[in-house]
Amino acid sequence: MNDNNTVELAKGKPEMKQPTGGFKFADFLLVLMMLLPIAAGITLKVLFATPTKGIEIKGPMIYCTFELPVQPLPITEAQVNSWLVMISITGFALFLTHGIRARVYTKRQFIAEWIVEKAEGLVKTNMGEYFAGFSPFIAAMLALSAFSSLMSLAGLFPPTSDLNVVTGWAILTFILITAYRMKCGPLTYLKTFGDPAPAMAPLNIISELATPVSMSFRHYGNILSGSVISVLVAAGLGGLSELIFGSFAETFPVLRVGLPAVLSIYFDVFSGVLQAYIFAMLTMLYTAGAFPADEFFKRHPDKAPKTTAEA
Amino acid sequence: MELAIGIILGCCALGAGIAMIAGIGPGIGEGNAVAKACEAIGRQPESSGKVTTTMLMGCAVAETTGLYALVIAILLIFVAPGRFVDIMLKAVGK
Repeated sequence: MNDNNTVELAKGKPEMKQPTGGFKFADFLLVLMMLLPIAAGITLKVLFATPTKGIEIKGPMIYCTFELPVQPLPITEAQVNSWLVMISITGFALFLTHGIRARVYTKRQFIAEWIVEKAEGLVKTNMGEYFAGFSPFIAAMLALSAFSSLMSLAGLFPPTSDLNVVTGWAILTFILITAYRMKCGPLTYLKTFGDPAPAMAPLNIISELATPVSMSFRHYGNILSGSVISVLVAAGLGGLSELIFGSFAETFPVLRVGLPAVLSIYFDVFSGVLQAYIFAMLTMLYTAGAFPADEFFKRHPDKAPKTTAEA
Repeated sequence: MELAIGIILGCCALGAGIAMIAGIGPGIGEGNAVAKACEAIGRQPESSGKVTTTMLMGCAVAETTGLYALVIAILLIFVAPGRFVDIMLKAVGK
């Protein structure tokens, strides 16, 4: 395949267009894979939601419950929506990388390379050379969190405003932190708790345990407070327009035009993406900070990054 | 009985309101952070990207205490009243 490409390159520009090849049938299927989950989520919501008058602030709907021996396992809207987001992101990634080739550049490939380069640059500047392999994980976390929050734009329940989902991610981060703290063995791990003085150990343990709690509360609280404020403002504007315009406003709440949309741009788009960035950033900083680099590289000189060896 | 339930609901709402006093702290803190960031950008406009990123990180961390209060307030409004009324009804024996 490689030889073929070089021949095409030699022939000149018109031939270069050939491999971009337009929209193949597989691409169409992948785009469907991106869009269908959202449609499925909306359909599920329409099927299960009970019509109510007025406003209501409530948690995720429960679609069904499985009876398990320990305790029943409810399948909630938040779980289903986060699965849908995962399918959608997988479709997006496959679409970007479909038909990727060396030395033949298409628009899609440029976007994919840009994403990969940005993720690697972010991880390398924040975590250092040793953690370079972390970039797929961080990029996946960033994408999952951001698109989960953006789901509210499609009128769906954003999975990140359910504490259970975000706590799952935070526990994953906590496991990572603990694993990297233990890199030099359990004894060194225990020694980090008595760091300035052994009397500080209880405080250190509490601050260690507070990390996942604060991370999950931060993400969940930001998204949930945004949706609560949006609902309250929409309800207040509805009531106000009914007061001013009378019965006409019952069919068309006039004052609801405008302001809720602006709030939605801040709370749904800006805040959601910012929280995703902050969650990924904190994961990187905590994990890199927990790793006892000097001690570890002293014990395993072969694993030390080459850049520091050269410098 | 109605009086007791009313007291429970009212105290839950009061508690939620009092809990949100904690929102003052992050407000002042983030305001300070943004003010300092503006000063820094004014002094060194070329470093605005890095300053903005660091400022957003700092704001997010400073927000934590406010969000603890928010979560407690949300629990007090949406979860606690039902739980407390259940406990009271069980204690009364109805």
